[in-house]
Amino acid sequence: MKRDLRVGLLFALPWILGFCIFLAYPVIASLYYSFTSYSVLRPPKPIGLANYQELAGDSVFHQALGNTLLYVAGAVPLATIVAIALAMLLNTKVRGMSYYRTIFFLPSLVPMVALGTLFLWIFNGDYGLLNEALRTGHIEPPNWLGDPSWSKWTLILISMWGCGQAMVIYLAGLQNVPVSLYEAADLDGAKLWAKTRNVTLPMISPVILFNVIMGIIGALQVFAVPYVMFPGGAPARSTYFIASYLYDNAFQYQRMGYASALGWVMFVITLALTILALKVSERYVHYETD
Amino acid sequence: MTTKMTLGAVAVAVIAVSAAILGEKAVSRQDRTDRVTVIYWEKWTGSEGEEMRKVVNAFNASQDRIFVKFLSISGVDSKTRLATAGGNPPDIAGVWGDQVVQFADAKALTDLTDMATEAGLTKDYYIPAFWEGYTYKGRLWALPSTPASIALHVRPDLVPPDVATPETFPKTFEGLDALIKRVSKQGPNGKLLLASFLPSNPGWWNWAWGIYFGGNIMNGDKVTLNSKENLRAFEWIAKYTKAYGSKEVQSFQGGFGNFASPQDPFMSGKVATEMNGVWKANYINVYKPGLKWFAVPMPYPADHPELKDHSNLSQDVLCIPRGAKHVKEAFEFIRFVQRQDVMEGLCSAHGKNSPLAKVSEHFFETHPNKYIRLFDRLARSPNAFNIPKVGIFPQLSNEMSVAFQEVNSEQKTPKQALDDAQKRAEVIWKTYQEQVLNQ
Repeated sequence: MKRDLRVGLLFALPWILGFCIFLAYPVIASLYYSFTSYSVLRPPKPIGLANYQELAGDSVFHQALGNTLLYVAGAVPLATIVAIALAMLLNTKVRGMSYYRTIFFLPSLVPMVALGTLFLWIFNGDYGLLNEALRTGHIEPPNWLGDPSWSKWTLILISMWGCGQAMVIYLAGLQNVPVSLYEAADLDGAKLWAKTRNVTLPMISPVILFNVIMGIIGALQVFAVPYVMFPGGAPARSTYFIASYLYDNAFQYQRMGYASALGWVMFVITLALTILALKVSERYVHYETD
Repeated sequence: MTTKMTLGAVAVAVIAVSAAILGEKAVSRQDRTDRVTVIYWEKWTGSEGEEMRKVVNAFNASQDRIFVKFLSISGVDSKTRLATAGGNPPDIAGVWGDQVVQFADAKALTDLTDMATEAGLTKDYYIPAFWEGYTYKGRLWALPSTPASIALHVRPDLVPPDVATPETFPKTFEGLDALIKRVSKQGPNGKLLLASFLPSNPGWWNWAWGIYFGGNIMNGDKVTLNSKENLRAFEWIAKYTKAYGSKEVQSFQGGFGNFASPQDPFMSGKVATEMNGVWKANYINVYKPGLKWFAVPMPYPADHPELKDHSNLSQDVLCIPRGAKHVKEAFEFIRFVQRQDVMEGLCSAHGKNSPLAKVSEHFFETHPNKYIRLFDRLARSPNAFNIPKVGIFPQLSNEMSVAFQEVNSEQKTPKQALDDAQKRAEVIWKTYQEQVLNQ
């Protein structure tokens, strides 16, 4: 038995070492650094709660937090609706469906930096494909990238591009819904919307909860696309998110201690939103074991 | 021999030949074991990196004691910082001049003062304003690779004939402003087609506008983002937003291509004038050869003629990170780069000024920028200026950029934008003083 344990641990050792060196230690170290003044180039100097106190009065942090929460509030519901709708479409019995599923999943594989560059051209005010299409329809297009009142919404729209991952999970969930429930609904004369509302959505509600929580966590960490498309959070910090501010403090301003504090505040916010989602879900999520 | 064995033998042979070729290539760039290897990280990639590689090769060819291993890498500043913190920095780092103070404050650089003095690389050897950029608190922390000065670039085909030469072009901001109506063109729907000048293009020096009006963002140890000179500069910027319309400017700029492309607004004829560096000529020569243009000093306010020939300086520098293993050998290479013939060759290839006090006639005559004498004169002007020597410059620059964007998009008045920036900057400066300078 002891020998088995040793062999087991030996096989797991690469992962254990990797976890300890690359995850556990940095996480614990960042908690310590968050209570220090630390430029990386000089030893950390303990300063108590000063970083957290500074965060409380930091207007840039407040703005970045507001932007991030607005992004979460816009991107997560929109991605959920689009991903469910696509999954339902791709769950129908049409010839060549596996190809359609692949096609709809493919965009989520595009690297973030390439994605940012691509959308810079699609949303370009003068030459962008989108504005050209709007002009063709006699709609005066907005300046998606340059107008502070539109830039965040541009990013929220772009976030739809990656909903393929969630779509695949919804698709798996939809395929687990018992056909007998739809047959019963048909016998009761239920139409599409009634079946969706009373059968489909309750039956995939655990999947929705999972995707929403993962979506919240991902959206709170939004970084790469705005970093490529809107350097410095331009225009006027309207696209400046917490992850951008954390990066700037850590790698531009040499304030690793402050960046660590930002990271921990972000962690607490993520945890709070996750708990909130779980609490709210108690009323709406239906488990087959209930 | 079976087919499998034949294929296997072919595969082994291919791998062996490839390894030999690649190995030879790698060895040819590596050191022979009897020389000290100096590791040099440089931010330049592409053609600029290749020109520096030629300098490195020339140095290596001249040496039997030192071998410089040149690595062109992106994000050189953060990588150097982390490598220095980890105790394994490169021997030489090619960074931007505006990082010297930040690195020096963090005690991340080797003091070059004594070695440079011994090598005769003193203030007299350089153009004074450039030299200023390498020193901090009376010590020398870096030496130049290539520097640059900034001027106003003008398209003579897009401005009225009476101002279409360097001699007749307006010298003052008031004169430049008068061109808004004479040059700019808007379509019937108000859409901007051509701008005489746009303060937001290319938008790289938003922190510096106040200097052209006699101010700065630091005065001694005081942050002065909302000084009356900065306010005047931002009111001048707002004048352009008002003249063109905020939405029109945003939309217009949304269509600008990258500066390193034929879609650059100056090259594509969307702006008639543009503030830019000496390197602009190189890009024009590549992307729009034959384009007619000239350069003049940036204008000055009519009521402050003493502010003429203002030019902000931009520098690429070489430094030796703290903890470098071969400091003397690294400095030997830096000294080689400072040789007049080497420096002029590199600066000319990059389309930049020479930072040296003594410049050969050959440099001026063969330089790819036909206005190189103007850029050289501007660098020597008493009104040439570097970034303020303060470790929070990146934050101050960001605050000024945000204030600029707020004014440019008419979200805030110049006073509101600068007062808000000042408030944030004061907190940043106080924290920096407490946590870094007094540590």
